[in-house]
Amino acid sequence: MFSTLKGMLVTLSTTLRKPVTAQYPKQHLPLQERQWGFPALTWDGDVGEPYCVGCMVCVRMCPTQCMSGEMIDNPLHAEGKSTRRKIIGEFEINLGRCILCGICVEVCNFDAIEMSHEHEISHYQRNGRRTDLPLLLEMGKKFQRESNWLPPTKKKAAVAAAAKAAAAPAVEAGAEGEAATAEESSEKEAEA
Amino acid sequence: MTEAQRLESVDILVNMGPQHPSTHGVFRMVLWVDGERIVDCDPHIGYLHRGSEKLSEGELYSQIITLFDRMDYIGNFNTELAFVGAVEKMMALTVPERAEYIRVILCELNRISSHMLFYGTMGLDAGAMTPIMYGFRERERIQNLFEAVTGARMMHNYFRIGGLREEPPDDFVARVRGVLPAIEQGIEEGDRLLTYNEVFLARSRGIGVISGQEALDYGLTGPSLRASGIPDDIRAVEPYSVYDRFDFDIPVGETGDTWDRYAMRVEEMRQSVKIVKQALDQMPETGPIKAQVRGIPRPPKGEAYFRAENPRGEIGVYLVSDGGDKPYRLKVRPPSFANLQALRPMLRNTYVADAVMVLGSLDIVLGEVDR
Ligand code: SF4
Ligand code: SF4
Repeated sequence: MFSTLKGMLVTLSTTLRKPVTAQYPKQHLPLQERQWGFPALTWDGDVGEPYCVGCMVCVRMCPTQCMSGEMIDNPLHAEGKSTRRKIIGEFEINLGRCILCGICVEVCNFDAIEMSHEHEISHYQRNGRRTDLPLLLEMGKKFQRESNWLPPTKKKAAVAAAAKAAAAPAVEAGAEGEAATAEESSEKEAEA
Repeated sequence: MTEAQRLESVDILVNMGPQHPSTHGVFRMVLWVDGERIVDCDPHIGYLHRGSEKLSEGELYSQIITLFDRMDYIGNFNTELAFVGAVEKMMALTVPERAEYIRVILCELNRISSHMLFYGTMGLDAGAMTPIMYGFRERERIQNLFEAVTGARMMHNYFRIGGLREEPPDDFVARVRGVLPAIEQGIEEGDRLLTYNEVFLARSRGIGVISGQEALDYGLTGPSLRASGIPDDIRAVEPYSVYDRFDFDIPVGETGDTWDRYAMRVEEMRQSVKIVKQALDQMPETGPIKAQVRGIPRPPKGEAYFRAENPRGEIGVYLVSDGGDKPYRLKVRPPSFANLQALRPMLRNTYVADAVMVLGSLDIVLGEVDR
C-alpha cells in the first residue's frame, strides 16, 4: 500500500511540471546540427556546377546499391571556366532504398555529397523516391544555405592549419592525417 | 488424476502473435493451455529473418557495420562494438585511447536507453500505462545526444574498424555531463513508481522462475542470467575495450523470477551511470580517434571470436577471413536468441495472463533473434 502511494506521489509531482511531449506533425523540434537526412549533392556556387565529378566511388561503396550515375566531359572545362575535367552527367539515388548509412559521404573525396537535413519525404509508390540530379542538387543547395556549409576538406585544412599554428607536435598529427587520406585515395584508384 | 483428466477436458492450442500487441516484435508463441494454465509453449521465430550473416559474406567490412546496426536495433552501439572488436582482434589493432573511452560512454548510455525501453514495456505488460512515459522521456534525452554525436538516432554507423567515424562535437563531454543528473533522477523516479508497487509485485514475484543451474544449462546470459544468482558479466570476467579500468558492481538476483530480471536492469542502469561518470573523468581531452587503417581493410587469413556485453547478454561474433576484403564466414551468437530458449521452462505451469510478463522480462529484440 505504501509503495503504491509513493508511486502516486511521483505521478502527482509530474502533473505540475511542463510537458515534455511534442505533438509531432504540428510541432517540430529543432534538429541537431549533425542530423542525418537523405544524401544530397552539393553545388559549387563559385563555378556554377556540382562538386561531383562522377567518380563513382560512392556508387560502388553504397551497401544497398541504390545509386547510379554517369560521368561526362565537362563543357565548362573546355571553356576554361572550371578545373574539373569531368563532371556528373546523370545521377540517381533511390531514396526509398537508401538506409542513411552515410558511407557515400565518407568515401567521397570531392566534398560532393552530404547528408542533408531532408527527412520527411515519404511517397505512396515504392519507387516514387527515385531522385535525379536536379532534385538532389536542389536538396543540396537548400542544405548548404541553411547550414552555412563549408567543404569538409577546406574545414579540415583550416583545423589543421590552426593546429599547426598552435603547437609543433600537432604538425605531425596533421601530416599523418594527410598521409592516411592519400593512402585511402590511392587505394580507391587501385580498386577502380 | 488431474482436474483436467477428471473433467475429461481437452487441452487446446492458442496462437499468440505474431500480431499480438505485446509480443515485443513479430514473434509467435503456440501455447498449449489447460484452462488458464500453460502446459507447454512452442516459440516460433523467423518472421524478421533478413539473412544478415549470409549477407555479410558479400559486403565489405565497412558495410557490414550497417548490418550490425540493424541486428539489435535497441543496443546499436553495443552491437557495432562486437563486430568492430572482432575485426580489430583479427588485425591485432590497437585502438586509440580516446576512441575507446568514447565508445564505452556511448555503449553505456545505449545500455541505459535500452533498459529504459525495457522498463517502460515491462510496465505495459503488467498493465501499468505510466512507466512507458517515464522510460521514453529518459530515452529521448539519450537519443538526442546520440543524434548530436552521430547524426542518427538509431542506426548510427559510428564505430569504425580501428576507432570512430569522426570526432564527436566539441561540447560532447559537457552534454553528457548535462544529461546524467536528469537520467539519474529519471531512474530513481521510475524506480519509485513501479519497482515495489504492490500490484506489480503480485504480478511478477515467483512467476517464470528459473534456477541458476537451469539458466546456465539453457545458455542464458546478461541480466536474465544474473537474476538467477550467477554473477557473470563479460565486462567484468573478460574485460574488453577499457572496461577493466572502471569500478562497478554486478547486481545479482536471488530467485530468478520475473521481478528479479526486472530489478537487475534497473540496478544496471545505475551502474552504467557510474561507468559513464568514471569514463568522462578518465577520458583524454585530445588525441587521435582512429588507428591507421587502410580505406578497405583486409584482415589476415584466420579466425577470431570476440564477445561483448550487450544490454541483453553476451553477443559473440565469430569471423573467418580468407585475407580478402569480405569475410569468408561470419557467425553471430545473439543474446536474445539464446535467452529465448529458456522461455519454455519458464512458462510451464504459469497462467496465460503471465505469459506476456515472462516474455517481456527476457527483453528480447527480434531483429537479433532472427538476424
Ligand atoms: S564519390 Fe563524390 S564525386 Fe564521386 S560520384 Fe560520388 S558524389 Fe560524385
Ligand atoms: S547513405 Fe548509404 S544507403 Fe544511402 S545512398 Fe549513401 S551509401 Fe547508399
